Amino acid sequence: MSVLASLMSTLRTVCSTLTGAVGFAIVLVVMVCAIFAPWVATHNPDALDVMNRFAAPSGAHWLGTDHLGRDLFSRMVHGASVAMQIAILAIGMALTLGTTLGILAAYLPARSERFVLILFDVISSFPSLVLALAVVAVLGPSTGIVVVIVAVTLVPHFGRVARSQTLTLKNAPFLEAERILGASWPRLVFFHVLPNILGPLVILASMDIPVVITIEAGLSFLGLGVRPPLASWGTLIQDGYQYISQTWLPVVVSSVALGLATLGFTLFGEALRDAVDPRIGREH
Amino acid sequence: MQADTARYLASRLVTTALIVFGAMLLLFTLSSIVPGDPAAILLGPQATPEYSKRMISEMGLDQPIHIRLWRFFANVASGNLGIDIVSGRPVWGMITAVLPYTIVLTFSAIFLAVITGIPLGIFAATHRGSVMDSILAFISVAFIAVPGFVIAIFLLLIFAIWLNWLPVLGTSRSGDWLDEFRRMILPTVALSLGWVGFIARLVRTSMLEVMGENYIRTSRAYGLSERLITYKYALKNACIPTITILGLGIGRLLGGAVLIEIVFARPGLGRLIYDAISERNYPVVQGAVLVVVVVFVLVNLMVDLSYSAIDPRIRHGSSGGGAA
Repeated sequence: MSVLASLMSTLRTVCSTLTGAVGFAIVLVVMVCAIFAPWVATHNPDALDVMNRFAAPSGAHWLGTDHLGRDLFSRMVHGASVAMQIAILAIGMALTLGTTLGILAAYLPARSERFVLILFDVISSFPSLVLALAVVAVLGPSTGIVVVIVAVTLVPHFGRVARSQTLTLKNAPFLEAERILGASWPRLVFFHVLPNILGPLVILASMDIPVVITIEAGLSFLGLGVRPPLASWGTLIQDGYQYISQTWLPVVVSSVALGLATLGFTLFGEALRDAVDPRIGREH
Repeated sequence: MQADTARYLASRLVTTALIVFGAMLLLFTLSSIVPGDPAAILLGPQATPEYSKRMISEMGLDQPIHIRLWRFFANVASGNLGIDIVSGRPVWGMITAVLPYTIVLTFSAIFLAVITGIPLGIFAATHRGSVMDSILAFISVAFIAVPGFVIAIFLLLIFAIWLNWLPVLGTSRSGDWLDEFRRMILPTVALSLGWVGFIARLVRTSMLEVMGENYIRTSRAYGLSERLITYKYALKNACIPTITILGLGIGRLLGGAVLIEIVFARPGLGRLIYDAISERNYPVVQGAVLVVVVVFVLVNLMVDLSYSAIDPRIRHGSSGGGAA
């Protein structure tokens, strides 16, 4: 079965449950908004129109405008793009680093393996949001810092799974056969171990997307993540929250967008896990 | 057996110490790259160069880095977290002044999550496959997935602004317990909902797992009542994962409490850190973050130990799997 065909059949399984289908639909909408943001958005998300602030939803502004008269719908669409970029960057980094450390730990002698595991324990024992606050306090708010902090906190997540998967695979007869035939270490890892452990890691990655979106939005809501005027769901909620006593529309619209997105990705990630391997990522 | 237990205890203690050490090292490293001169911030723009130089040497900032590191550790060990560079008050005092607010909020949230999550989980497990089970499953995911501060904003909007049922912001200053209780309701609910979902799901899955075990079947064969089996045997074993999750949860709850405190303008550690960041008041950030890390690590240690006390099967080699 080709990769595409197996992907399609997995998706079909995901969508066979109501929650999976709803999740997939939301994920699809968010992805379309993220990738095609400039075309989906009806206005320039940063165009000010102060005379027209807090406008009610209309044909021109589908979801109304914010406190500076910026089009809320367009800002939300661009917010999706920011959220997805940060999620993909952070998770990509965590996945790469975690998998490397995890495979390494499985092959290292017991003493070094123990060191890597303690490192994982130490990282996951940090209350990450609070740690992020300390870093931001020193280095100032920026998107790059958010990405790095989130990536580091997710490393143990991938590392542990990569290690335990590699351990179950390590003594498999086909790897032994390869080794006896003289396959080099890199060849073993890249051509045999990695492809066999990647599945669970990818599912884990998809389940981490809502987590990253939440952290980014939380930090940006505090004004410690994505900097205004860049539209992120967190900064949008912050903008709306400041004017909550004047108008509830902006804060409700942006919170609903964030809530729906995290819900959609969670539903999708869980349906994906149940479709492929229900044992993955159960620790949280 | 005894030796094993002692070794396990020792290794957990070492890891805990390492984590605190790592946290302190990190915070110290951050403090040494903090931009801006704390002495200048403390003295204000009118400070003469001589005066600020004296201040710097008084604060020990002109010492070589290893001496400053040593001093930092020695100070922290003796309970001295430095002084607030804006007001000049000791950081430790500022933290102990607000810590009770955060602790009360965190524990009320856990309490609420446990007393609602466990019954919901039992209900879902004993009514497996029913419509209510599916509805509960969806509600649980929604609670878990939607960020706590979004829930907080909605609660604020609905109950405080639209319906005007509960006081909006802050804490009670007068020491009026009833008023304080009313002000606690929304933040507690906002902080706990995610955990209600978590616990409900966890209890449901673990109970269903336990119900399939041989000893439950045996109890049924002996004619024990379904009620006794469910509540005494199944629930007891289903509680173990709940306790672990709570241990992990304290850290996330503390993180979440930061946001909740800010949404509801409540005093607390989160609020303290947040305000200190906007003033670039690094000693306060450093001290407060360190306290959060220590509290978090100690709670984790306690949970770990109580976990192995409840179920003696899980005691050693826990650092291995990680997926437990």
